[in-house]
Amino acid sequence: MMKVEAVIRPERLEQVKKALEEKGFVGMTVSEVTGRGEQKGIKLQFRGRTMEVDLLPKVKVELIVKDDLVDDLVEAISTAARTGKPGDGRIFVIPVARSLRVRTGEEVM
Amino acid sequence: MVLDSGDTAWVLVATAMVMLMIPGVGLFYGGLVRKKDVVSMIGLSFLALALVSVQWVLVGYSLSFGTSVGGFVGGLDFLGLRGVGIDTGDGTIPDLLFMVFQLVFAGITLAIITSAVAERVRIGSFIVFGLLWTTLVYDPLAHWAWGGGWASQLGALDFAGGTVVHISSGFGALALALVIGKRIGFGDHDMEPHSIPMTMLGAALLWFGWFGFNAGSALAADGLAANAFVVTNVSASAGALAWLFASWVRGKPSALGMVSGAIAGLVAITPAAGFVDPLSALVIGAVAGVLCYRALLFRVGRGLDESLDAWAVHGVGGLWGAIATGIFAVEAVGGVSGLLQGNVDQFIAQVIGAVAAVVYAFVVTYALARAVDATMGLRVTEDEEYVGLDISQHGEKAYA
Repeated sequence: MMKVEAVIRPERLEQVKKALEEKGFVGMTVSEVTGRGEQKGIKLQFRGRTMEVDLLPKVKVELIVKDDLVDDLVEAISTAARTGKPGDGRIFVIPVARSLRVRTGEEVM
Repeated sequence: MVLDSGDTAWVLVATAMVMLMIPGVGLFYGGLVRKKDVVSMIGLSFLALALVSVQWVLVGYSLSFGTSVGGFVGGLDFLGLRGVGIDTGDGTIPDLLFMVFQLVFAGITLAIITSAVAERVRIGSFIVFGLLWTTLVYDPLAHWAWGGGWASQLGALDFAGGTVVHISSGFGALALALVIGKRIGFGDHDMEPHSIPMTMLGAALLWFGWFGFNAGSALAADGLAANAFVVTNVSASAGALAWLFASWVRGKPSALGMVSGAIAGLVAITPAAGFVDPLSALVIGAVAGVLCYRALLFRVGRGLDESLDAWAVHGVGGLWGAIATGIFAVEAVGGVSGLLQGNVDQFIAQVIGAVAAVVYAFVVTYALARAVDATMGLRVTEDEEYVGLDISQHGEKAYA
């Protein structure tokens, strides 16, 4: 069981959700975050002056899936979230020890 | 004529009410954009007020209300408010008060057109464009209708600015949007309004201020002002309900649609407020609500990014209002009869006045926008647009 955590552009969220639904990935947690990558945000030029906007708004999407579905999921997210420009985001895959349903207390997956 | 203290008091108040509509436009638009562009959007309306206030005192008032040069534009006799005194004038209010009442109308018109450049305009370029626009588009149009220009000589009626304010800004916005181009990602990803309550607050200020806009245009505290006040409220309400129901047919009854419909009704009654009775206002407002909603759907369907629908609401609503004035005018209200009372000439004059304003506003705005774009660039860079105008243009954030 793995957690797939993707930090993506907010404007790609709708495409990502749609792509995941088509592949049968329904459950997810989405949060609004800010962050920066290796480019340290965006540099704006103003009449010779440089202004850095280092923390840009991003969206974090988290899903818990079985190991054998991870590759499929990662592929779907990266295809749907990609624009090809710096700032498209990152995907992390993290092992999950246990997963419980709050309503019943039962173990899921 | 002798100054009247009642008239003067009312027009002073009405002027302040119209001034409040300008940030009202800013809040209306501010709620409709994404949260990275709110400071910019509200700021553009304040900027319009400040810019036009200075321009109007220096040259604008004279170009609009100076001695007519061929019926097209006013002369330079009132340059720098020369001869515009505190106790002069042919009316019952001071000339200086008439001047400032007209000033806030010019201000709101430039604020309305900012719809077209939402979330992508360079502020420096907007300042230059705005000054050119109010001087070369607004001032002549105000002269045509109110300053003794050719449209008023023809008999075309515009009580409070359906043509001068709304057709000019609405069709100007359409031309401006075509020049500046779509926002990045328009049609590809959602650009949902970030705060509908903010837009509703803006609509509330607009509805309130519109009583000053229309009833103040009587330039007297009299029965005509009362008529304008009543038909304004009737038309706004009919427009709100019409748009609400029209959106309900296609899904849910939209609150945003309801307030947009109110604005459509307010726009459409503007030229007619001193010429029609309350029952006609009901029809004018209801038709405006449906018509402007249809115009919005048409605009979206064509993939046109006239972002906040100044064209659909002010342009189309203003055009309908100008024509409706020619249909519904009754002798008992403003001393002029319309098509329904058999006065075909009035109807034709309305159509000519409105169509001329549509063509003039569209063509001249297009040319000005192209000129500013070619010399300074109307648009921010892609990165600046992505980050948002609040940070890239102002170095400020709406929400910390």
